[in-house]
Amino acid sequence: MPNRTALMYCYDGSFEGLLCCVFESYEQKEIPLDILLPEMAQGILLPVKEIITDTAKAGRVLGSIPQKMGAPTLEFVRHAFLTCLAHKELYILLFLRLGYRYGPAVLSRLTDPVVDKLFKAVKHLAKESHLFKGFVRFSIFSNVLVAEIEPKNYVLPLLRQHFCERYPEEHFLIVDKTHGMGLVYRPYESAVIPIRKLELPEPDENEEYFRRLWRVFYDAVEIQGRHNPKCRMSLMPKRYWKYMTEFGSAQQKSPRRLEGSGGGKLHF
Amino acid sequence: MDIFDKLKILTDAAKYDVACTSSGVNKKAATGGIGSAAACGICHSFAGDGRCISLLKVLLTNVCAYDCKYCVNRRSNDTPRAAFTPRELADLTINFYRRNYIEGLFLSSGVLKTPDYTCEQMIEALRILREEYRFSGYIHAKAIPGADSALIARLGLLADRMSVNIELPSHNSLQLLAPDKSKHSILAPMGYIQNRIQENCTDIIRYHHAPKFVPAGQSTQMIIGATPETDFQILNLAEGLYRKYRLKRVFFSAYMPVAEDSLLPAPETKPPLLREHRLYQADWLLRFYGFTANELLDQQHQSFNPYIDPKCNWALNHMELFPLDVNRASYSDLLRVPGIGVISAKRIITARRTGRLQFDGLKKLGVVLKRAQYFITCGGKAPGGLKVTPDTVLQSLLSEKALGLYQHDFSHQTGMEQLSLFSPPSLLSSGGKQEDRGKCLTAPL
Ligand code: SF4
Repeated sequence: MPNRTALMYCYDGSFEGLLCCVFESYEQKEIPLDILLPEMAQGILLPVKEIITDTAKAGRVLGSIPQKMGAPTLEFVRHAFLTCLAHKELYILLFLRLGYRYGPAVLSRLTDPVVDKLFKAVKHLAKESHLFKGFVRFSIFSNVLVAEIEPKNYVLPLLRQHFCERYPEEHFLIVDKTHGMGLVYRPYESAVIPIRKLELPEPDENEEYFRRLWRVFYDAVEIQGRHNPKCRMSLMPKRYWKYMTEFGSAQQKSPRRLEGSGGGKLHF
Repeated sequence: MDIFDKLKILTDAAKYDVACTSSGVNKKAATGGIGSAAACGICHSFAGDGRCISLLKVLLTNVCAYDCKYCVNRRSNDTPRAAFTPRELADLTINFYRRNYIEGLFLSSGVLKTPDYTCEQMIEALRILREEYRFSGYIHAKAIPGADSALIARLGLLADRMSVNIELPSHNSLQLLAPDKSKHSILAPMGYIQNRIQENCTDIIRYHHAPKFVPAGQSTQMIIGATPETDFQILNLAEGLYRKYRLKRVFFSAYMPVAEDSLLPAPETKPPLLREHRLYQADWLLRFYGFTANELLDQQHQSFNPYIDPKCNWALNHMELFPLDVNRASYSDLLRVPGIGVISAKRIITARRTGRLQFDGLKKLGVVLKRAQYFITCGGKAPGGLKVTPDTVLQSLLSEKALGLYQHDFSHQTGMEQLSLFSPPSLLSSGGKQEDRGKCLTAPL
């Protein structure tokens, strides 16, 4: 195995870009100390090598993954790329190097530090996306269901199938404010697109009515003799509450804005 | 009465029913419809008591012709009454569902006029949901004891899961506290539902489009602590129900005093939550770990140890079976090690294919070494520097919470403020509150 080189890679943040880093690492027989996004690479003292995303190179690496280590490993790597793990790019590169060496068995090397790190990150992603299947709260604006979330991991691609199957006849939008992306659906097509700016109107009377009913239910269903805020908090950490209508916090009077450059116009 | 008041009253009246999971069936929306169901279950919120909210859990009505003594809705109780119309209920469900507040509906009811009439109302609400809204989401309906089996059959074709509550763990207790119900009126619909599910399985093989009868199976619930049955009796009953009626779940509900009655525990009695917790742990061992009720408790030891979970307790009393070598032990044996769960056992099997496991690797697999270390070896080696005596094992197996409980209980008995840990009397020698603790421990080590 080549030695760690006193060198950083810088890539464009895309999955293809990362695959090109893998390509480069093999071609040059070097392992970077880290793989950075352009904004993080500025002001770094070590030499930084910019890796240009090249579709042909990326395609070769992509094709080799299922071939050398099986389709589940590719899916695992794709998921790993959606996680919020710090230095995930480097871990993925190291993981793929193990994959080329051990083949499909790499997924069973659960006690290897790199595999373990990625497994936990993917588990965290899976857990968070599962929680959002329940914690997403739609408000209905002129018959379009709109929800905002602030996940740690990039969960939208994992929520897509669930919500499309749940509401096949609806128009809906889930905005991920952390990553500036949105899942848009209308019968029968869906897309994940950048959304940098979104203004939601005030909830109308009908919307308020059902939010109130929901809060009545939420409060009434608790058995006071078993009040247990600690348990609630561990199952539903406070950071999720912000957009959940049962807590009344989503009921702000002024329209909420999402600031940023560019505008994702929505066509329904 | 407006819908807000109705919702409040009918939620309040339904909240002691525990069967709130939405799991057990995978479905997609029908064309032109709404709703899917995920087998793994989805929690949409957690109430202030920490319990998961996944379904709109309400009663159709809390008007009841029966007089079950443990129930808030009993005829003789002076409580505000309300009833949804089937359409109100269906509309509420759909509007909550569209906003992703819920995964579906859990519908139970008091006995309005007669069991049959009540059942018809429930059928109508479900019919609106399924036929008019083309709702494919999860619906759990309670079979009303005493309703005609033809009506139960209709309800079963509209619901994903049905349940009939056992309510009380013995015939005597039922006679005493639920005079309008009988063992028969509960077990008859349970048996009927079980038969229909089984027939339906063969139907589906024969005719591809046979409508599914309660595809997510049936469950039941019983109240713990209102009557004198022991953990041993309760667990045996649960095991019997899994075998005989193929129930998907048995739920336990710690009795919360809602009425003053000479036959019931005093109103200030605390609900036996820890006992309920132990029963759930034991139930889990029956369903996923291959244990039988008789392994966990027996005639001489009829209650669970409040301080340690049933699996640890079992292991401590079967030290002759340990330690197991994690590199060789079978999956089913690994499952019996405290600190190893279903997931970590599977991961051990996977990981050891690629090489010999060592202690430092086990943690990564999810093994709780703090517990497991006393029961396992790696390639014949025990973890370094470990001195195993019953008390050190026990001490480390007790959670901090249990330790606190133990110390609390003990200082109460002795009047002493605090004790040095486990030095004398030991927790394993059955000193102290004999009735609570001594008989829980299945045998001295
Ligand atoms: S039948 Fe008994 S348990 Fe059910 S609502 Fe009526 S009084 Fe309560």
